[in-house]
Amino acid sequence: MALASDARSVGLVTPQTAHFDEPLTLACGRVLPTYELIYETYGKLNAAKDNAILVCHALSGHHHAAGRHSVDDRKAGWWDECIGPGKPIDTERFFVVSLNNLGGCHGSTGPASTNPATGQPWGPEFPPLRVRDWVHSQARLADALGIDCWAAVIGGSLGGMQAMRWALLYPRRLRHCIVIAAAMKLSAQNLAFNEVARQAIQSDPDFEDGHYLHAGKVPARGLALARMVGHITYLSDDAMASKFGRELRSGSLDIGGDEPVEFQVQSYLRYQGSRFSDSFDANTYILMTQALDYFDLAREYGDDPVAAFEAACCRFLVLSFSTDWRFPPARSREIVDALIAARREVSYAEIEANEGHDAFLMPIPRYLALFRAYLQQVAVS
Amino acid sequence: MRQDLTHIVRWIDPGSRVLDLGCGDGEFLKRLRDERGAAGTGIEIDQDNLTRAVGKGLNIVQQDLDQGLANFPDQSFDTVVLAHALQAMHYPDRVLAEMLRVGRQGIVTFPNFGHWRCRLHLTTRGRMPVSRFLPYRWYDTPNIHFCTVRDFEQLCAEQGVRILARDMVGAGSSMLARAWPNLFAQTAIYHLTRPA
Repeated sequence: MALASDARSVGLVTPQTAHFDEPLTLACGRVLPTYELIYETYGKLNAAKDNAILVCHALSGHHHAAGRHSVDDRKAGWWDECIGPGKPIDTERFFVVSLNNLGGCHGSTGPASTNPATGQPWGPEFPPLRVRDWVHSQARLADALGIDCWAAVIGGSLGGMQAMRWALLYPRRLRHCIVIAAAMKLSAQNLAFNEVARQAIQSDPDFEDGHYLHAGKVPARGLALARMVGHITYLSDDAMASKFGRELRSGSLDIGGDEPVEFQVQSYLRYQGSRFSDSFDANTYILMTQALDYFDLAREYGDDPVAAFEAACCRFLVLSFSTDWRFPPARSREIVDALIAARREVSYAEIEANEGHDAFLMPIPRYLALFRAYLQQVAVS
Repeated sequence: MRQDLTHIVRWIDPGSRVLDLGCGDGEFLKRLRDERGAAGTGIEIDQDNLTRAVGKGLNIVQQDLDQGLANFPDQSFDTVVLAHALQAMHYPDRVLAEMLRVGRQGIVTFPNFGHWRCRLHLTTRGRMPVSRFLPYRWYDTPNIHFCTVRDFEQLCAEQGVRILARDMVGAGSSMLARAWPNLFAQTAIYHLTRPA
């Protein structure tokens, strides 16, 4: 069993860091004079350099998408189900690039990095970012790697928004755009959940108005709470019911007893929250949720998504999941309908899945089969 | 390739834009692309079929035809094909109208329920026909709106749809089917347009 799974893994991987000295003008008007992006690659870039795939991460993602950093690593990268030899993003054919976005907290320049102007952590002074800033910085990374045109740019959720923005900003630099469980903009309900998450962080006394690093503190409770709220929106009602139901982890509801009760779902959320607050930077979380909030694919195209997609020339695969209520199938259909009206090439499927938004990370056979079938027909030299 | 599909390839102009409603595993669209240089889009509801079609490099959108084609702009395709699916639609009349809104031309194929075997089956046994060609029983069939050749032409007349050409496929030879389609055609094939 272990051997079989190893044969389908990219194995041990080592992150690399690219340093950029050319200043990057951001959507907010401010300029980042220098910055670093941490990334991993899987597979080999071919001689024609036409087999490169860019993987864009979601809200709390990072560059470590596949394989393991050491033999002792308990968990593989976040999209190991989809990236590897013989997997949908087949590393026997493709050269895969996965980075931690600018503003992240896993090695790329972000709020926890040192501001060269002050010698202190950027903290809340780090410039706000938009999805397009990520796309521009990813294009610089492509330049550094000698990749003129991606075979595909792929992303789920917030990653899908980056993929779509790529298709509009650099239409000649990608041949395929794969948008999974995404939307052209957030709904009011989405915005509301993000605001609850930010409020949870900002109202933690240890947040110190974002200067917690300087104060030697971590707003761990706020971060954990933000993650718990987020996590609920990633799962479907069905998924929660089948995973936890009303099972008790401890205590009893028997009449005549007053033993304190803990439901399984409580314990699970607390675990997710505390694990997250150990590894994630609060300012990064705020920055990323804001980038998500501000994203509106068609804003500068007169709010007309058809006009927006007329700027694209790649082929599209759009996927949604039946029980995803964070970015439901209807949001994906809007993307597809706009692409059809813009007469772009598009394939679309709504995958039956119980797992909610998180389904895009799961090994759901029909999902993987379609994902694989699409990428198998992507031409490489 | 099903026989009705072979018949309609010649009605597709080289390089044209084709929308195939209920495209199955995409074999027909692939053939149109390879033989006629047609740029095809397929609509399919079954995901396993869709995956096979996508694997052929085709653009396939998962969509329920009974929900209409409202997301497709007027006259955005040269030809819209509905092969062997008319009888499975909840609203065949609306689908026909939609086809000729979205496409300049339409191609429809369907099993002719006026075929003598169907008539004989119903007459002699008094029961709904079940055959190798139409293998379902009345209660489990996806074919909820059977029609005859005459029925279909009547619908076309009512909708102001012009029949550019028609072809008939019989059980054995198609000679009888072409001479007396309503009695001998097993599959009816129509090339349609709506006069401007």
